Amino acid sequence: MFGFTEMFQHDFMVRAFLAGLMVAVICPSIGLFLVLRRLSLIGDTISHISLAGVAGGMLWGVYPPLMALTFSLIAVLGLEKLRRSYQNYAEISTAVFLSGGVALAVILLSVKKSASSDIISYLFGSIIAVNRQDLVILSAVLAIVLIVIGSLYHRFFYISFSEEKAQLSGLPVYGLNLVLMVLAALVVASSMRIVGILLVSSMLVLPVAASLQIARSFREAFWLAQAYALTSVTAGLLASYFLDLAPGGSIVLLAAFLLVSTILVKKAWLRLRPLRAKDRLSAKELAKIQ
Amino acid sequence: MLNIVRPFKREKDRNGDESILVEARHVSFRYDQRETLSDIELKIIRGDFLGIIGPNGSGKSTLLRMLLGLLRPEKGEVFLWGDPVDKFRRWPLIGYVPQKAIAFNTAFPATVWEVVYAGRLGRKGLFGWKNHHDKEIVDECLEKVGMTKYAGQLIGNLSGGQQQRVFIAQALAGEPEILFLDEPTVGVDAEQQELFYSLLEDLNHNMGLTVVLVSHDIGVITERVNKLVCLNRRLFFHGEVGGFKARQTEILAKMYGHPVQMVQHHHH
Repeated sequence: MFGFTEMFQHDFMVRAFLAGLMVAVICPSIGLFLVLRRLSLIGDTISHISLAGVAGGMLWGVYPPLMALTFSLIAVLGLEKLRRSYQNYAEISTAVFLSGGVALAVILLSVKKSASSDIISYLFGSIIAVNRQDLVILSAVLAIVLIVIGSLYHRFFYISFSEEKAQLSGLPVYGLNLVLMVLAALVVASSMRIVGILLVSSMLVLPVAASLQIARSFREAFWLAQAYALTSVTAGLLASYFLDLAPGGSIVLLAAFLLVSTILVKKAWLRLRPLRAKDRLSAKELAKIQ
Repeated sequence: MLNIVRPFKREKDRNGDESILVEARHVSFRYDQRETLSDIELKIIRGDFLGIIGPNGSGKSTLLRMLLGLLRPEKGEVFLWGDPVDKFRRWPLIGYVPQKAIAFNTAFPATVWEVVYAGRLGRKGLFGWKNHHDKEIVDECLEKVGMTKYAGQLIGNLSGGQQQRVFIAQALAGEPEILFLDEPTVGVDAEQQELFYSLLEDLNHNMGLTVVLVSHDIGVITERVNKLVCLNRRLFFHGEVGGFKARQTEILAKMYGHPVQMVQHHHH
């Protein structure tokens, strides 16, 4: 019906969906903490460093995502150090590493010369390109993210809410920060195959941004972000298959569309809903104002 | 009734005097070439309700941050429960309510319950799931500050005074022996302030919690606390509040460098 069964007869589509759904779970799980810690742009920085890693991998004949992961792990360690020395301008460190990553990527690519079509599939993501190795890596990252976030969820919540209080309560804030950064590097390096290097950071941020609009608790923010991500990945992959569009682009555009719709629906809801009883001022409160 | 103050198992008594919780010995601090604090001697005894007062820029917050180990003194040493601050490991003994303005982002998606539970994590350490006991403590802390019915609300939707209460509950959730509050009533309306001070008095009198209050609001503080520290880069007074009141004009004149008219606050 409508080509759905036919679609899943293609092995590459099955792999794309498996990969996409895993990406949809891991990206917002880490993204939520990054956004709340005002580190939304860290994903961009890591992905640009990954670009250098991919270029290096191609040049030296190493599996590019692995090289991307190596590069970004080294980078996040440096980032955290630099972030400490510019405590009041944390974004300086992200900017430095972002431009450094791109510069290195350009140099490596110019040495390699003939990688243009391959690098484009990494930049923009590709359904066909997802292979068994990518799936294995993604599942490993998924497992790591689930275990670490599952056991440290409240600790990450605390350092996001108030780093100072978390530190004072004796939690190893520096270590927790580092773990979060390493997870971010893992997530970016393993997700870029399907969403693309240029768009992976938006999967960290957009579903979270939408969920923050309506979440009524931290737990809800966490699950809603995943729901948004799963919806945009599923719809985006379908659009990509049936309309022959780049998967990364359609997934991210859908995520952006969901964000904007959420904002609009929320505005309309706030304007149109009848004044609820508990929002009305009581006679006593009115008397106090007058 | 719940005994919130549940001390850690004590290792060998190192210092002899168990009742001194916090001690600063000849502590000085320099910030941008300028001496912000010089030669501060301070003892906080178990059961104190201590006010640290002084004008803006007098180094109150700097002192507080040093007592909490968030800032390292230039000279001198800070001791917590008899241990030098670098060796101190029993951080959950200390509850801290920072200045509200810098404390958090009001758009943070967290319910009151989630915020208060975070205050327990220091006790739990790096791992460990939320258990029945934790839930009980969080509920009791919320009840203590009268915020039970707001447990499921987003913290950002509450008034300043209510948020302040939640942060106290958060600090209490770690079962501290001492509670530090930095300018807690800034941005809190008068009626809420009254409730707020009653709450602190209750914690101090009935639950044996040592309370340290940093404020520039001298008039209100002296009516509430039993001990007082007057600070303006150096100590101008440290002792019982009665002793302060007896020589208040003189102390304040010295501290400000000019005579000061005290504004009297009356409480009902």
